[in-house]
Amino acid sequence: MTFIEKKSKLKVVGTRPIRPDGVEKVTGRAAFGADLAMPGMVFGKVKRSPHAHAKILSIKTEKAQALKGVLAIATTADFPNIPSEEAFVGEGPVNFRDLSRNCMARDKALYDGHAVAAVAATSEAIANAALDLIEVEYQVLPHVIDVEAAMAPDAPLLHDDLFTQGVDPKPTKPSNVAKRVHFELGDVKAGFREAEVLVEGTYATQPVHQAYIEPHACVASWNADGQSHVWTSSQGQFMVRAYCAKLLAMPIANLRVTPAEIGGGFGGKTLVYLEPVALVLSRKAGRPVKMVMSREEEFRGTGPTSGAVVEVKLGAKKDGRITAAQAVLKYQAGAFPGSPIGPGCMTGFAMYDLKNVDITGYDVVSNRPKVAAYRAPGAPIASFAVESAMDELARKLGMDPIALREKNAARDGTKAAYGPTLKDIGYVETLEAAKNHPHYKTKLGPNQGRGVASGFWFNIGGESSAAVHITEDGTVAVVSGNPDIGGSRASLAMMAAEVLGIPVERVRPVVGDTSSIGYSFMTGGSRVTFATGMATVQAAENVVEQLKKRAAMIWEISADAVEWRDGKAYPAGSNAGDFEPLSLEAIAAKSAKTGGPIGSEISINAQGAGPGFGTHICDVEVDKETGYVKILRYTAVQDVGRAIHPSYVEGQVQGGVAQGIGWALNEEYVYDAKGRLENPGFLDYRVPVASDLPMIEAVLVEVPNPKHPFGARGVGEVPIVPPMAAVANAIRDAIGIRMPSLPMSPPKLRAAIDKAAK
Amino acid sequence: MPKVVLSGTAVRRFTGGQTELEVKATTFRRLVLELDQRFPGLGRQVEDGMAIAIDGTIYQDAYNAPLGAESEIYLIPRIAGG
Repeated sequence: MTFIEKKSKLKVVGTRPIRPDGVEKVTGRAAFGADLAMPGMVFGKVKRSPHAHAKILSIKTEKAQALKGVLAIATTADFPNIPSEEAFVGEGPVNFRDLSRNCMARDKALYDGHAVAAVAATSEAIANAALDLIEVEYQVLPHVIDVEAAMAPDAPLLHDDLFTQGVDPKPTKPSNVAKRVHFELGDVKAGFREAEVLVEGTYATQPVHQAYIEPHACVASWNADGQSHVWTSSQGQFMVRAYCAKLLAMPIANLRVTPAEIGGGFGGKTLVYLEPVALVLSRKAGRPVKMVMSREEEFRGTGPTSGAVVEVKLGAKKDGRITAAQAVLKYQAGAFPGSPIGPGCMTGFAMYDLKNVDITGYDVVSNRPKVAAYRAPGAPIASFAVESAMDELARKLGMDPIALREKNAARDGTKAAYGPTLKDIGYVETLEAAKNHPHYKTKLGPNQGRGVASGFWFNIGGESSAAVHITEDGTVAVVSGNPDIGGSRASLAMMAAEVLGIPVERVRPVVGDTSSIGYSFMTGGSRVTFATGMATVQAAENVVEQLKKRAAMIWEISADAVEWRDGKAYPAGSNAGDFEPLSLEAIAAKSAKTGGPIGSEISINAQGAGPGFGTHICDVEVDKETGYVKILRYTAVQDVGRAIHPSYVEGQVQGGVAQGIGWALNEEYVYDAKGRLENPGFLDYRVPVASDLPMIEAVLVEVPNPKHPFGARGVGEVPIVPPMAAVANAIRDAIGIRMPSLPMSPPKLRAAIDKAAK
Repeated sequence: MPKVVLSGTAVRRFTGGQTELEVKATTFRRLVLELDQRFPGLGRQVEDGMAIAIDGTIYQDAYNAPLGAESEIYLIPRIAGG
């Protein structure tokens, strides 16, 4: 595989062709998870706990079973009792026992909305009526919602077998603290002694939902011989296959999963909720079962990202050089262990070249839905705290916030706080671009302010498969194993076209089901353009070698004497012979006579995903009477390695910023005194819409990743990392008030303004 | 011999708090085997739950990742994404 360094040599990569899935989406023909219908299909619905924490004493289903049209009822008794077993097969370590109990409660309901039973019936109305006839007897238990309350010694316990990992000696009593992690570099105490300026603060974030527009949806069909098929909207058909097989104790080969188009995931579709339940109902009903979540179920029953409390302390010399950095992070995991505390600890200070760092993290369970991944899991939370503290430090030092970051920026050769030495990174380039952007120089009016913040994400590679097939007329099919949530079909087709030397319009990319392409880890971690792109490039390169051999066979010369350029085979110099070039179409037309179909499938485990950095500038205006914050202007600078399809990359950046602004200003879960969610809908859970936001300008900095043939880095995670601090820092600049707790909603801002006036 | 640094505290319980180890291994696979021999359970923990950063490049699930005598080698928690 060749690394193509010079952008000028590229003909397809870096251009902006029309997306291959565009027309069917804008004409409403794209088939999403809820669009599939099958002959004989029935409808599944889930009964959910109304209690935040309760023992399930009994579940009586006789009345529901007797309702005409009810074909099956499922409870935990229909699922294998899975022992505790951790595995790393998805977006983080998964305990299959917990995953099973999250899909269907066993013994205890652990949050408002926890699934306790399910029904399959001939209509949705009958299924809903049957849910009301299922009688569940609960013993309500004390509950705990917030992270610090859950850590208290006298907090209600969710799991009596949960003992804090990572502390020595092992605790003798169970608690809600699942894990303690600790990272250190240098001598933080000495670093603080050396400091001439100190800042410290405590910051809080709320759990926020990924708020994908399409809810979870699937159809499951269990055949009489045990072979089954699931059609689903998810971030990984192979993930759904693996999880369902494990949870239902079935051979993986007995399950085929076909990915539907996906209407957003952002990490929230990296787990199963409905699919195992639909399979059980289908097995019991003898019919295909369709299940679609309502928006209320999405909020009550699926995972947001963690809420958290983060304490940060920074020490610096008067010239701005940071001498010590310390943080304590407390992340809610929801009902089962597994918050993104590890990456939170590793990312908070990753933008900086620090000699003395001490980071402690806690993973804490509470009576909320189990958290799921959300873009750059854990990083935005840590960065909100660290980047707010950096702003305070800049103010205390009287330094420009970009200059302070430049002074301490991670560069090639910087040892990251979590250990390794960083290389081939482009953080400084983002700071430079932000500093020189016209946005940074514009004047502000009254009650207006400007904030700056940076962010980091590792990016990952992993297992990926892709196939490139030449059709009989010389057009090309690219098949991959990854659902397309961010433009991967376009980028894969473009990379294949670049290698083959043909226009991208002649390449048609599709996403294969689990039986038609090799295993691929899920779409997440900003890995697909990097890893599956690498597989596609290798497959295309194999195809080029085959094409050269076929041309050599037609010309009766050695394959070594053939070269491939611009989609055609040429004799390599005059010694090779005097032949007219053979086009891909001409070679494809002769494929039967030269050895059969031309194609290649490559499966790899891609390594070397380059980390990504971003720096954002945000201008706000604060209405002091109402507390309303208007985003006036937003510029997001990001090192993207090399943008394969710049429009998609800009879209990723803009989307991440929009979600980050929602996290900053409005989004939160509101629970009543009984632990019941009071705002499970988009009317009361306020995500930003287009009219709330200005045009978000994405500035793409390209510091190529040498591990990828075209220099690509993952781009989807970084843009959600800086916005909360960028907005908070802008508010601080506008009205002189530091908002340490999200969301910075009008009521909270009003209260802070009133408090400051007293 | 390559020197391996354990980043974070998650696996230090296996090593009695030791954070830096000199190993004979020349690949990640051999490292896993060696760690398991020296600190029972650590090899599996590393294989299933950790990534390895060699001279700044992060590898996950890569048995053949080479460990040079002079390489900077860190074992870090595995990383995913959203």
